[in-house]
Amino acid sequence: MSETRRTAPLGVVIGALGSLQNAVVPAAAIAFSGVGGSGRYLLALGVGIAAALIGIGFSYLGWLRTTYTIGEADIRVDSGLFSRAARSVPYERIQDVSLEAQLLPRLLGLVAVKFETGAGGADDLALTYLTAEEGERLRQLVRERREDEEAVPSPAGTDAAAPPAAAESGELMFAMDTRRLVTFGLFEFSLAVFAVLGGALQYLDNVTSIDVWNVDLWYAWLKEQGSTVATLGPYAQALAAAAGLVGLLLIGSITGVVRTVTRDWGFALTRSARGFRRQRGLFTRTDVVMPAHRVQALEIGTGLLRYRFGWHSLGFVSLAQDDKQQSHVVAPFATMAEIAPIAAAAGFRLPDETTAWHRASTRHRTDLALRDAVIFLLAAIPTAIFAPAGFALIPLGLAVLAVGANIYAWKFRRHAIDDGQVYASHGFLSPRQEIATRLKLHSVEIAQGPIARMRGYATVHLGLAGGSFAMHGVPIAQARALRAQVLETITATDFSRLDAPPPGQALSGAQSGFSANFFAT
Amino acid sequence: MDQTPVPQPPGDDDALTKLHPNYSHALRVQTTLTAIPFLVGALVLEAVFRSENLFPSGVIAGPVLLIALALIIRIPQTRFNARGYQMGADRLRVVRGLMFRADTVVPFGRVQHIDVNQGPLERFFGIATLTLHTAGNHNASVSLPGLGEELARDMREDIRGHIRRETL
Repeated sequence: MSETRRTAPLGVVIGALGSLQNAVVPAAAIAFSGVGGSGRYLLALGVGIAAALIGIGFSYLGWLRTTYTIGEADIRVDSGLFSRAARSVPYERIQDVSLEAQLLPRLLGLVAVKFETGAGGADDLALTYLTAEEGERLRQLVRERREDEEAVPSPAGTDAAAPPAAAESGELMFAMDTRRLVTFGLFEFSLAVFAVLGGALQYLDNVTSIDVWNVDLWYAWLKEQGSTVATLGPYAQALAAAAGLVGLLLIGSITGVVRTVTRDWGFALTRSARGFRRQRGLFTRTDVVMPAHRVQALEIGTGLLRYRFGWHSLGFVSLAQDDKQQSHVVAPFATMAEIAPIAAAAGFRLPDETTAWHRASTRHRTDLALRDAVIFLLAAIPTAIFAPAGFALIPLGLAVLAVGANIYAWKFRRHAIDDGQVYASHGFLSPRQEIATRLKLHSVEIAQGPIARMRGYATVHLGLAGGSFAMHGVPIAQARALRAQVLETITATDFSRLDAPPPGQALSGAQSGFSANFFAT
Repeated sequence: MDQTPVPQPPGDDDALTKLHPNYSHALRVQTTLTAIPFLVGALVLEAVFRSENLFPSGVIAGPVLLIALALIIRIPQTRFNARGYQMGADRLRVVRGLMFRADTVVPFGRVQHIDVNQGPLERFFGIATLTLHTAGNHNASVSLPGLGEELARDMREDIRGHIRRETL
């Protein structure tokens, strides 16, 4: 049964509004520039209206020419005004279906449906603007098709009209209340607003005749301000500086809180039989489903300050990704006690006291510390020669700091392997941990630079779908043993069987058999 | 301290198969081709400064020529010696790099697809490059240049035989 449909007609409105928005800038540019003398406002209006009309027309035609077909084995989207494009995605290649509702579409009850195939952002199939119910129905349908294919290769028998809500009720794994959100926001301290201001200034520069980059103008202004400040006396000056600092802190904190709240408002991670489902967002509401067996690895991150307070974040590495990030954040701000059950639900074991951690080679530590120290020492030489006396102490101090930092960082550079997983941790003030399943790795590489070869350690790169996994400074003998162990697990199972439920006995059989061989040699 | 010595699995460092001898010739030609623009540049500089009589002729082109010759004679053979592969029952191991060594193992069970490529130079020398693609982000494609043409195709068939039907 295949049905050909159009996207939601209301989507045209959003396209039209978008083109209106685009028309504003050229219209404003004409109005502010001198083109056309006194009639320029009329001209601007005309251009704006023309641009908007053309935009609306194209948006309508585009809607008219875009159809999607839900076929027996795939979803097809035909689109394009002049050059037609037909893209088909087989159900078994769809990693997950995500629904995204930005502010405007959300007001109109529309969602953008994205079929994530792991082909990487731009190549993914997207249907912009279906009604929310249709999006939900499509998602349900794709999942049912997938289930059918995985269960029995019989023709799809389930009717698509089955109540979609039934399967959606799941156990709530993680949610953030307002208090948690605000705390999170405070740790997300950001001065990005100043970058935005800078950009806005430049824009202002283009549109108006004020020359923002005119140094004299600012200098004059500063001198004026400076002389005002200078008349206040030293205490008031210190006070002004302190007030500026407090203001900076305040602005940074507020930016952080606002950004966090808009992004993570109503964050909810639920677990159902089909996988994990994450909903979040205040203005742009996203709804992502991740099947548990598609999770390739876990990433536990933290921050400089929040680490001291015991806050961590948990991300799933899978082929489908959030924008620009390599993992799906499933718990952005949580304690380890909250992370543990989520990891367990995804089938991962967090490292505990029994995990046999191996430190990176001490030679690796020494070499890194030496390298950094030498860089700063080299910088000290020209400083000592050319700069006023005393300045050379700065790079010397930095060299000492670098050595200290490297020795401290070594504490966190660890790796471990057990019968099912590999672990790596690195980072110095905010240690990160990565945990991957041995079975789901794709290749193993031992890389050595010239110094590493001389000193007998290596970096082990493990091929991970959707992310990277590396262990640094592993002694070469250990690296080889590690590779042999990981390869033994990988070769035991073919790629096509990866998604199947883990063959527990067979695997552990292979494991123990290998270990026996391994230690017999 | 947990730097406990781990027993070495057998056959890890021995039995690296060398590449086709023609590969070193191909490398040599390639190095020569790379050196030509530098030589030409040096000669142009010579010609420019000749009229000024600032320094004896050959001060620029001479060293460049010497370096180029050293690289052409010496490097291809060392690079050739540094490379090697090992075809196991269920995995391919590729070793490469002079200064920065990389030793990669790809299990056949994780190969997504296989390429055999031949550039014009490789065609002339009768060699080919075998490339294995995996789903991992790191080592998304592992290439093994300098195989005999026949051998590359045989290896491809061999590896393809290991990839089960379901993945195709």
